[in-house]
Amino acid sequence: MKKLLKYLRNYKKELFFGPLFKLLEAIFELLVPMVMAKIIDKGIANGDNAYIFKMSGLIVLLGVCGLGFALTCQYLAARCAYGFGTELREAMYRHINSLSYSGIDKIGASSLVNRLTNDTNTVQNGVNMFIRLAVRAPFLVIGAATMAVMIDVRLSLIFFVVAPLISIVIFLIMRRTIPMYRKAQKKLDRAAMLTRENIEGTRVIRAFSRQETETEEFRGAVDDIADCSIAVGRISAILNPVAFAVMNLGIVAILWFGGVRIDGGSLSQGELTAFTNYMTQILLALVVLANLIVTFTKAFAAASRVSEVFDIMPEESGEGLPANVSDSNIIDFRSVSFTYEDAGDSSVKNISFSLKRGQTLGIIGGTGCGKSTLSSLIPGFYRPTEGEVLVQGLSTAEWRLDSLRRRIGYVPQKAVLFSGTVRDNLKWRKADASDDELIAALKIAQAWDFVSKLPGGLDFTVSQGGRNFSGGQKQRLCIARALIGEPDILILDDSTSALDYATDLALRRALRTEMSGTAVVMISQRTTSLADADLIIVMEDGEAVGIGTHTDLIADCPVYAEIYRSQMNEREGGSNA
Amino acid sequence: MLKDLKRVFSYAKPYRKYFVLTVLFALAGVSLSLAIPVFIGEAVDCCIGAGNVDFERLRNIVLILAGMVAASALFQWLMSLCTNKLAFLTVRDLRADAFAKLERVPLRYIDRRTKGELTSRVINDVEIVSDGLLQGFTQFFSGVITILGTLIFMMTINYRIALVVVVMTPLSFLAASKITKATHDSYVKQSKLRGDMVAIAEESAGNQKLVNAFVYGERAEARFAEINREYGSAGMKATFFSSMTNPTTRFVNGLIYAAVGLLGALGVTGYSKFIGKMSVGRLSSFLAYANQYTKPFNEISGVFAELQNAVASAGRIFDLLDEEEVSDDSDKEPLAVRSGDLRFRDVCFSYLPDRKLIQNFNLDVSPGERVAIVGPTGCGKSTIINLLLRFYDIDSGSIEVCGRNISDITRDSLRSSFGMVLQETWVFTGTVAENIAYGLPGASRESVIEAAKAVHAHGFIKRLPNGYDTVISEDSGLSQGQKQLICIARIMLMDPPMLILDEATSSIDLRTEQRVQRAFAKLMEGRTSFVIAHRLSTIKNSDMILVMKSGNIIEQGSHEQLMAQNGFYASLYNSQFAS
Repeated sequence: MKKLLKYLRNYKKELFFGPLFKLLEAIFELLVPMVMAKIIDKGIANGDNAYIFKMSGLIVLLGVCGLGFALTCQYLAARCAYGFGTELREAMYRHINSLSYSGIDKIGASSLVNRLTNDTNTVQNGVNMFIRLAVRAPFLVIGAATMAVMIDVRLSLIFFVVAPLISIVIFLIMRRTIPMYRKAQKKLDRAAMLTRENIEGTRVIRAFSRQETETEEFRGAVDDIADCSIAVGRISAILNPVAFAVMNLGIVAILWFGGVRIDGGSLSQGELTAFTNYMTQILLALVVLANLIVTFTKAFAAASRVSEVFDIMPEESGEGLPANVSDSNIIDFRSVSFTYEDAGDSSVKNISFSLKRGQTLGIIGGTGCGKSTLSSLIPGFYRPTEGEVLVQGLSTAEWRLDSLRRRIGYVPQKAVLFSGTVRDNLKWRKADASDDELIAALKIAQAWDFVSKLPGGLDFTVSQGGRNFSGGQKQRLCIARALIGEPDILILDDSTSALDYATDLALRRALRTEMSGTAVVMISQRTTSLADADLIIVMEDGEAVGIGTHTDLIADCPVYAEIYRSQMNEREGGSNA
Repeated sequence: MLKDLKRVFSYAKPYRKYFVLTVLFALAGVSLSLAIPVFIGEAVDCCIGAGNVDFERLRNIVLILAGMVAASALFQWLMSLCTNKLAFLTVRDLRADAFAKLERVPLRYIDRRTKGELTSRVINDVEIVSDGLLQGFTQFFSGVITILGTLIFMMTINYRIALVVVVMTPLSFLAASKITKATHDSYVKQSKLRGDMVAIAEESAGNQKLVNAFVYGERAEARFAEINREYGSAGMKATFFSSMTNPTTRFVNGLIYAAVGLLGALGVTGYSKFIGKMSVGRLSSFLAYANQYTKPFNEISGVFAELQNAVASAGRIFDLLDEEEVSDDSDKEPLAVRSGDLRFRDVCFSYLPDRKLIQNFNLDVSPGERVAIVGPTGCGKSTIINLLLRFYDIDSGSIEVCGRNISDITRDSLRSSFGMVLQETWVFTGTVAENIAYGLPGASRESVIEAAKAVHAHGFIKRLPNGYDTVISEDSGLSQGQKQLICIARIMLMDPPMLILDEATSSIDLRTEQRVQRAFAKLMEGRTSFVIAHRLSTIKNSDMILVMKSGNIIEQGSHEQLMAQNGFYASLYNSQFAS
């Protein structure tokens, strides 16, 4: 938590002067009833009209100054809060950028986004409210009490009964209601979930004719919300009337005992009026204070979620670059095992192989067998728990990671594009790539056909999440993106699943002829896609149950042979027809 | 705007009594609390000075005051209770209606909108209506009573000073409305920029792994920093403007307080005949009123902003509620599945009037036939399913199932005669067993397990923490393939007379898929079935294969026939083995 404070360092002035100005405003506000008391006791009692005019003018002057101070404070608060928030977000994103894959896994991408946007905002709001109210509200309470003591010590005892009493009422009710509100929110979340699931599953629900049961279930959920909200409402409805009653009964007490004090000559009429005024101020300030506590609780919770992100250590990178690039193997796995943090079983178990420059490695296996994990060890996304991964003869632990990754073109399983033009999206690997380079890559990726037909071509705007492209188009654009800048290694993580066979074939042919110097790591479910790979790894439960060429595997690896046979059987069936 | 308002209140009709009670309790509570300063003034007037205090009167006043305070607090409490009931019950009904409506609108309506947008109507918009219209209403109402009541009380004490207060009132309004306007504009800008900032954050931080893989970090940072700074400065302005309201109205309040103090004091001293007679007690009541006079103005202007939001939200909800529903078919007969033959006659259909899709589509399927549809994406394969199950209605032509035109039978009976598995898997939050038994809620555990075993899902389900009682959801960590297996098990359990498989095994790994295909083959025996598949190997054994391209059938026949034709299908088929 303390770490976040440093983002306030550029706003020390605001942090100091903001509350100070607010304090001045509060002091001026507290003076007003005193001045009014003077008007009553001196002006009216002595019939001194000039004095009354003068003092009324003073009240206006106090108001003008108060307004000036308050606005200054609000300005400083907004500047400090947003300046702080902006710097915090920027630093946080920079930090997120430095994290390793395991670091990102710890919190999860969607939660990271949430913390970066919502939680920082809550903290920012907390800072704003802190400057604006954290000094003012308690000060008004203390100030009003002090003023009361100064007027009449004995009568002010009523203050010391009323103020704590109201505080206790606020505290007790909030303690009861806050968990209840949370419960009501959960019920609302459930209704939202039901709605979302229902919209997602409309076809299934209608196919099963379950509309009425779904409606009934939702009705039950909203009944729950109503019951829960009404129950909280019943308790929180007590707060305002009780605070109102306690305060006004306090005023009643002041009037009675004040009457006694006036009769005894130790209190004046004007002072009695001022007393009742201060009482009202205390109530208002206490209510503000209660809301402030809620805001701060939220802000602290958000701040600790933000801090958690900062607490994750940045990715460690070596400083090395490979010595002799030319003749070494491009990829070497030496008895590599890998276990995800908090996972019981290894995802990659004791795998060794070598791949030469320009060769193709195929990886095949069922879902969850460790194919993607294996490929993500090559760019050093994860460090092997045992063994060593060498790229161009240098262990990924020693590589300068950004240089390593610049040599690798990576096509993820899920095709992701950013909003911006097609050109922006293609230039990821190489910011200064020429249009010719982009077009060449698009042609290899079998994407130029449709890109050239887009209005504006390369300048066509990709909307958020790439929604204006089909799955297959997105996949091809992602492939093209990875090809630009002639990577030494290209990793295709089952990235052609949305392409039909003909396009897939054309892509593979183009890769072989146009990118002959690039080593390709291709994860696939189709044996036909891998058949002419230089090396194929067959994976099952993290283990390599077969490593070799297509011909080797047909002979030695029953798993591979089974997959292959089933596909070939069909082919024979086809050709016999 | 007024229409929507009226309609929201028509929803509150069943809870009329709470509405009436709210108004009554508000009137009682507010007027009592307003009368309190008068009595405080009276009490102050009982205490003139040393030895000059009218204790008997003071005691009476103090007792009356205590009673009034207690009564007013009681009424305020009752008012809150009634508002709560009114608001929450109305909102409940509104939400239930909106949800029920979603079950009755044509799919066209849902397909055209995002999930988030529709969910937001049922959840957030209704919440805003509740806050703004129903709870805002009581605030508004008690605010108005307070202002009027305060004026009346001030008038009765001294109408001349009260008039001065009235004259000064517009100041408060003016300040509030000026600030509200400035705030509104900068808020619009701020919330737009915030949306942009969140979008960029979702894109970059949400895909952080990809950003790392491309060493794209620095450029992503620059992109984020730019929008972040813009948002920061807009947010600062919006926040500052909105935070001007309180000090400014406090200031206006201070001016009124000073004016009342001045005139009141001069009235007591008898400075000017014009002011009329005043006492110190009356002055202090007056001051108490002046102190609370501008507060309701503040609240009301706040309520107005919320009200605008609420009316906009209400409009969105009513748009949904007014949406045309699928036609009522309760008077139609249910479908009795006898043979299982299907017939498409000159069917025309398009999603958008100006983009023709299916034209003069004809198809005859004999009972028990296995029909496969293949073709490039967007060719209209899934549309045929949409039309067959009446998710969408055809523009012209006819579709017959078992000799009945599908527009003459009930939708439910039509749909329940088909078992359907779609490419987009759908599991809901609930146990695995509940998910599998979705079509047959009373199914025994044994039959659920049997269905799961048939699709080779039993193995992974058993390994889940609580087996068949594990609660799963869309994002509970099940792989796409596992979810697909659960959806298939659902159909296995149903044992439907006809089958539709739309890319049903697309996410399942190859080896499991082969096993599932065998289970399907068994299920499809003797049943009419439609299969859409990407992997041609899975449809090779169909009785009839339709090859579609841009809404039309371009080739039709068995696998052997189509291979012999050596056309589009044959080239598609051969390409999967070429290397």
